Amino acid sequence: MKRGIAFCLAGLATAVVFPLLAPNYLINIGMLVFFVAFIGQSWNIAGGFAGQTSFGHVVFFGTGAYTSTILQVTYSWNPWLAWPAAMLAGCIVGWMIAFLAFRAGLRGSYFALITLAFAEVFRILANSVPFTRGGLGMLIKADPRPMNFQFKDPIWFYYVALVLCVASLLIAWQLTRGRFGARLVAIRENEDAARALGIDVFAEKVKALTLSGAMCAAGGTLYVQKYLYVDPSIAFGVDKSVEMLLVTMVGGAGTIFGPLIGSIALTTINEVTRGLASVVPALKNVQPLSLVVYGVMLVLIVARLPDGLMGLFRRKSRHA
Amino acid sequence: MLDPGIIFAGVLNGLLAGGIYVLVAVGLTLIYGVLHIINFAHGSLLMLAMYAVFWLWRLLGVDPYAALPVVIPGAFAVGYLLYRLVIGRFSHGRDENILLITLGLSIVIDNGALLFFGGDTQTIDVPYAGSFVELGVAFLPLPKLISFAASLVLCGLLGLYMVRSDTGKAIRAVAKERQGARLVGIDVGNIFAVSYGIGIACLGAAACLLMPTFYVTPSSGHAFVLVAFTIVVLGGMGSFLGAAVGGFIIGITEALGGLLLGEQLGQIGISLIFILILLLRPTGLFGSRA
Repeated sequence: MKRGIAFCLAGLATAVVFPLLAPNYLINIGMLVFFVAFIGQSWNIAGGFAGQTSFGHVVFFGTGAYTSTILQVTYSWNPWLAWPAAMLAGCIVGWMIAFLAFRAGLRGSYFALITLAFAEVFRILANSVPFTRGGLGMLIKADPRPMNFQFKDPIWFYYVALVLCVASLLIAWQLTRGRFGARLVAIRENEDAARALGIDVFAEKVKALTLSGAMCAAGGTLYVQKYLYVDPSIAFGVDKSVEMLLVTMVGGAGTIFGPLIGSIALTTINEVTRGLASVVPALKNVQPLSLVVYGVMLVLIVARLPDGLMGLFRRKSRHA
Repeated sequence: MLDPGIIFAGVLNGLLAGGIYVLVAVGLTLIYGVLHIINFAHGSLLMLAMYAVFWLWRLLGVDPYAALPVVIPGAFAVGYLLYRLVIGRFSHGRDENILLITLGLSIVIDNGALLFFGGDTQTIDVPYAGSFVELGVAFLPLPKLISFAASLVLCGLLGLYMVRSDTGKAIRAVAKERQGARLVGIDVGNIFAVSYGIGIACLGAAACLLMPTFYVTPSSGHAFVLVAFTIVVLGGMGSFLGAAVGGFIIGITEALGGLLLGEQLGQIGISLIFILILLLRPTGLFGSRA
């Protein structure tokens, strides 16, 4: 236990010092690692701890992204104020989807498919309704001042993402210690048995998804503030849903550090394939190649390593 | 208000599209009915079959309809092997795991296609593409009519095969009662692989029938996967009749949605039907309680 804490503090210290020494492009990569780990953790709470596999988690991401952007662009809110509003919107959408789906008793694959359909409905709506400006997307005026949640130096976005990531790790850590997390795990392992033990399965699952929705929405706002642009396929496209699911499954679903480890692993693969592509000209199209690798990893991990890469660490430490 | 003639034409076009959807959905519902797995890679495998049809035409000049006898067995073989080598091996345990494995497969297939075929939209030019049949106020493209008829014939043949042949009987036996089927000496593992193969063979046929009027890109699979799931859920998971009726309903919904709500918003109909059916009547129109 003590060694674990020391290890975590060392990791945190490295993460804090790292951008002071690294060039800008590495800082941006680091920012993405923490950002993806953060939204992956939001998936992990619903999909990993509570076992409610979602294929459409991007619906919360997009809700957050659009809520803060619309408040900011159309109603001239300060983005720092729009951020909690976006999280509230994520909460509400999470609650709504969970309420509908779990009231109807949807489990397993059916729950996964209905979340996918909700994301699709939101995507089509964002493409069609006037207040999102449809397929044109929305631009946030560049005005890099900390007051505007925009920074000249990428180091600040790195630190914001790091803070979010650490906060999400603390939430996950609380889940492994507290009763709420224990109830979620009981539901994941056997829903009927959990109900027989007196757990209000419906209420706990709704809570998990509401929390997850709020976190994911916070990630959406951060993403838009970084890139200053959002459109329906960025906000509600299936790619981000898959990314959240992948990092968590690869790292280890239902573990505290799973999403972070998965995010580091996938980013590394991404950079390696990019490096390969610059050497081998035949591989000029990099993005699909790394996704092929991800897909293969997903299949292998589901089949052979249900605890993801975390499972490897654990097995090793058990032998030691 | 829209002219009733336009709506009539829309309904007819929807019916024609629905005819091909039926074939896609029958494959999906067969796989679900027998193996009780949700094949998320269905759309991606359809896309792969469409590319097969496209390359047969581009490289060898094979007409898409003439490619049917090649693509159907080819697709069967791909499905059979995919089940034997990947899905079946890993299919122990929870159904979400299978869903994740088929999701992984679809990621690999989609991006593999993007890697090897590029992101361009590919179409096939057939000499009969511009031919129309006049039916009242509606002009119906000839290839769509041919595909519609061929799809229904193939579905009929598949139904007959399921009822008459020994393999068909064994498939239905396994779908109803796995243990019982094993006890009477049916090789259940083989039947699983054959069922998966037949499901994918349906996609091969659908690909041949789609290509004369449709286009293919590596993301085509994604466009079809939600449509196929909606049809199957609407009709009732595992129900053949349901897949047929659902296919037509979705075809018409799509056509009328596009007509009444416009290109963008029109697509919402399918997703909404999917959500509403799952929430209100998860067994679908013809499904029995799972």
